[in-house]
Amino acid sequence: METAGQSLTLLALFLPFLAACVAPSLARAFGHNAAWILAAVPAFLFIHFAGFVPLVAEGGHASGGYDWIPSLGARFSWYLDGLSITFALLISGIGTLIVLYSGGYLKGHEHQGRFFSFILMFMGAMQGLVVADSFLTLFVFWELTSITSFLLIGFDHRREASRRAAIQALIVTGAGGLSLLAGLLLVWSVTGIGDLGTLLASGDVMRESPFYIAALLLLLGGAFTKSAQVPFHFWLPNAMEAPTPVSAYLHSATMVKAGVYLVMRLNPAFGETIAWETILPIFGGATLLTGGLLAVRQTDLKLMLAYTTVASLGLLVMLTGFGSDKAIEAAVLYLIAHSLFKGALFMVAGTIDHEAGTRDVTKLGGLRTAMPITFATALVAAVSMGGLPPLFGFLAKEEIYAALGFADSWTTVLTLVAIGGNALMFAIGFAVALKPFLGAKVETPKHAHEGPVLLWIGPATLGLVGLGAAIFSSWSHEHLTDPMASAVAGTAVHAHISLVPHIGLPLYLSLVTVAVGIAIYVGLAGFRAAVASVLSTIGWGPDRGFDQLVRGTIRVARVVTAFFQHGHMDRYMTATFLVIAAALLVTPAMYGEFPDWPAMPKLPFYEWVVLLIAVIGLWSVLAASNRLTAIVSLGIQGFAVALIFALMGAPDLAFTQFMVETLSVVILALVMTRLRLSPADHRPVGERTVDAVIAAACGIGFGLFLLRVTQGAFDDTLPRFFAEYSYAIAHGRNIVNVILVDFRGLDTLGEIAVVMIAGLAVLALIRIRLRSGDEAAPEPGKGG
Amino acid sequence: METAFSALVGIFFAVAVYLLLSKHIIRILLGTAILSNAVNLLIFTAGRLTREVPPIIPDHLAVPEETIANPLPQALVLTAIVISFSLFAFLLVLTYRAYQELGTDDTEEMRVAEPVDDGLPPMGY
Repeated sequence: METAGQSLTLLALFLPFLAACVAPSLARAFGHNAAWILAAVPAFLFIHFAGFVPLVAEGGHASGGYDWIPSLGARFSWYLDGLSITFALLISGIGTLIVLYSGGYLKGHEHQGRFFSFILMFMGAMQGLVVADSFLTLFVFWELTSITSFLLIGFDHRREASRRAAIQALIVTGAGGLSLLAGLLLVWSVTGIGDLGTLLASGDVMRESPFYIAALLLLLGGAFTKSAQVPFHFWLPNAMEAPTPVSAYLHSATMVKAGVYLVMRLNPAFGETIAWETILPIFGGATLLTGGLLAVRQTDLKLMLAYTTVASLGLLVMLTGFGSDKAIEAAVLYLIAHSLFKGALFMVAGTIDHEAGTRDVTKLGGLRTAMPITFATALVAAVSMGGLPPLFGFLAKEEIYAALGFADSWTTVLTLVAIGGNALMFAIGFAVALKPFLGAKVETPKHAHEGPVLLWIGPATLGLVGLGAAIFSSWSHEHLTDPMASAVAGTAVHAHISLVPHIGLPLYLSLVTVAVGIAIYVGLAGFRAAVASVLSTIGWGPDRGFDQLVRGTIRVARVVTAFFQHGHMDRYMTATFLVIAAALLVTPAMYGEFPDWPAMPKLPFYEWVVLLIAVIGLWSVLAASNRLTAIVSLGIQGFAVALIFALMGAPDLAFTQFMVETLSVVILALVMTRLRLSPADHRPVGERTVDAVIAAACGIGFGLFLLRVTQGAFDDTLPRFFAEYSYAIAHGRNIVNVILVDFRGLDTLGEIAVVMIAGLAVLALIRIRLRSGDEAAPEPGKGG
Repeated sequence: METAFSALVGIFFAVAVYLLLSKHIIRILLGTAILSNAVNLLIFTAGRLTREVPPIIPDHLAVPEETIANPLPQALVLTAIVISFSLFAFLLVLTYRAYQELGTDDTEEMRVAEPVDDGLPPMGY
C-alpha cells in the first residue's frame, strides 16, 4: 500500500472524532444549519471508502496500519475487503443523511451541539469497528460503540426511562463486549493470530482446535448481545427512548448490525461446522419470530419498527448460519436492503412525531394530504420492507427463498419461520407506512404539515437508493453485494437475481408471504389483542428480569457492605491487628524463620535506666486514671525515646523528639482541660483480656521480627554511599541533614506539604461548625 | 544491644495496640502517639545501633575516619517524627471537635459516617 492512502485512511478513521470536538462550537455559531457543515465529514468518508470499491470488486483487499504499542505487539490496523467496504459505505452514507436529519429534528434544542458530537463519535467508532484488522482495534472500537450508544440513548437524561434504557443497553452490550474480548483472547492464545486478516486466511486452524466451541460461544456472546438476539433482544426496543435520528442510525442501520458483521466476518474461519449451523439458525429463527410477534403488539410507530429490527437481525443471523453461499448472498442483500428501508422508515416515524406530535398509530390518520413527501418516502420504504418489486428488498427476499427451499425437514422449518417472519414484517411495514396517512383525518396534538427539507431529504434519498440499486442490480451486485458475499463466504460468490420476472419456488413463496402479510395487516387490531393477552399471561420477560437483576445486585451489595462495613470502629481495629499479628507470627512459623534465642544483652547501667524509664512511662499511660497522669506519662515515654536517640549517636533526632514531645504535651494539656474526659479504661474485663492478648501478640510479633532482622547480615551499601558522597558531591558534613535536604530533598518537600496540609486541616476543623438545624447533630458537649 | 531494643520495641507496639483497641477516642489518640514512637524505634534499631558517634564528617576530612552511626534510618525517622506530630495534632483537634459536635467520646456512638441502619440505596435508575 502506498503511504498517502495509508495516512488518508488513518485520517478518515479519526476525522469523526475531530469533528465531534468542534461540533458544539459549530452548533453554537450556526444553529441547526451546522448540520450542513458537519455532514461533510461522513460524506468525505463515503467518498474515501468508495474509492476502494473497484479494488474489492476485483476480489482484492487493502490493509494497513501503524504500530500502537510495539513492545506488546499491538497494532492499530485496518483490513478493507468487500464486507468492510460495504459496511463502511452504509455507515458513512446513512451517517451523512442522519446528520442532516438531526439538524432538522433537533432544531432549536439547547443541546443540539452535544448531540452532533455524540453521533459523530459514534460514527467514528462504528467506522473503526467495521474496518478493524487487529483484535485490539476491533475490541476498542466495539466498546466505543457501546459507550457512545449509552450517551445517545441517555441523551434526554432528565427522564428516568431514558436513563434506564441507556444503562440497560450499556450493561447488555458491555457484558457482550467482555465476552467478545475473552473470545478474541482465546483465539489469540490458541492460534497465535492477533488480527482478522490472518485469521481469515488461516483455513481450518480454528475449526480443528479443541477450544473451537468455547471460542465460538464467547464470540457469539458478543455478537448476540450487540445484535439483540433472543434472549438479549429486550434492550433494543427500550433504546427507542433515544431521539429518533439515533434510533434510525444506531438501532436499525448500523450499530445493531455490528453483531451480524462479526458473525459474517468470522464465517470463513468459524463457519461450516455443525455447531455454527445449529446455533445460528436456532437463535436467529427464534429472534425472527419473537421480534415479529412482539412488533404486532405495539402501537408506537418507533416500537413497532424496533421489534421488526429485532426480527430482521434474527433473519440475518439465521441466513448467515444456514451454511450455503446462496444464503450468504441473501443475507448480504437483505442487510443492505434493511439498512436502507429501516433507516428511512425510522426517519419517517420521527418526522410524523415531530410534525404531528404523536407517534401512536391508533391516534394518527389521514396525513397523506398534509405530508405528501413523507407519505411517498414511507411508501417506498414499506414496499422494500414488504419485499415487493421494484425495490431492493424484493431482490433480497427472492434470494432468501431461493437459498432456503424445502430440501429436508430442517430447511423446511427454517423456510416456514422465514415466511412467518417476513409476513409479520410485511404487515408492520405497511401499518407504519399506511395507517398514519390513510383513512379519515384524525386530530393530532400538533397541526401536522410537511417537515422541512432536512427532515425528508434523508428518507427520500434512502428510498431512491433502494430503487436504483434494484433497477441497476447487475451494477450493485458487481460492486457491492458480490464482493461482500465473497468476503463472508471466503470464496467467490455471484448473484444473478434481478427485477426481471422469474417463475419458480421463490416467487410462489413470496406470494404466500404477501398473502399472509395482508391477512395480518387487515386483522391487525385483533391480532394485537391476541398477542397482548398471551404476553400478559406469561407476565415475566427478560426486560423485567433485568430490573430484578439490578435490584437484586443492589440488595446483595448492601448485605455484603453491611457485613464488612458495619460501622464498629473497634471491630475494624481488632480485625486489622489480628491480621498483622497473624502475618508476623504465622509466617515465620510456617517457614521456620524465627530468630535464634538471643544471649542476655550487656548494656551499661545508664542505658538500662533509660529503657526502664520508657517502660514505666508506657505502663503509667495504660494505668492512668486522670488526665494529668496520662499527659505526663505520655511525655515520659517520649522523652525516654529522645534520650535513646541521644545515646545512640543521633543528636538531630533527639533534638527534634524533645521539641515535638514538649509541644505534644503542651497542646494535649490545653485540649484535655477542655475535654474533661477520663482517660481511664472503661472496657469490661473480658473484652480487655481479648484486647490484651491481641496487643501482646502484635508486640511479640514485632519484637521477634526486629530481632530476626538485626540477627541477619547487614548490608552497609547505603550508609557507605552516604558517608563517601555526602561531602564530595553535596558539600555537607552533617550526613543526616545532607540526606534530608539533598539526596532525599523531594521527600522532605513532601513532608513539608504534609505538615502544611495538616495545619490547614486543623484550622478548618476549628473554624467549621455544623449548620444549625441539622438534625443529625446532637447537642454540643458541655465541654465546649 | 539490639536484643534489648527489640524487646523494648515489642513493648511499645503492645501498649500502642492495646490502647488503639479501646473504644474511647482519648485512649486511641494516646495509642497513636505511642505507635509512632514504636515505628520510629523499629526503623532506628533495624539500621543497627552505634553508641555516641553521630554521622558527622570532621572539618578536616572528606570522609569520616571511624565507624559512624547509620545516617539513613536517622533521616527517615526525622521525617517520620515531624509527620507523626502533624498527624497527632490533626487527630487531637479532630477528637476535640468530634466530641464537641457529637457529645460523646465512644466510637460506638459516633455513627455519622456509617449510620446504624441507613436503609436500602435508591432502587431507581
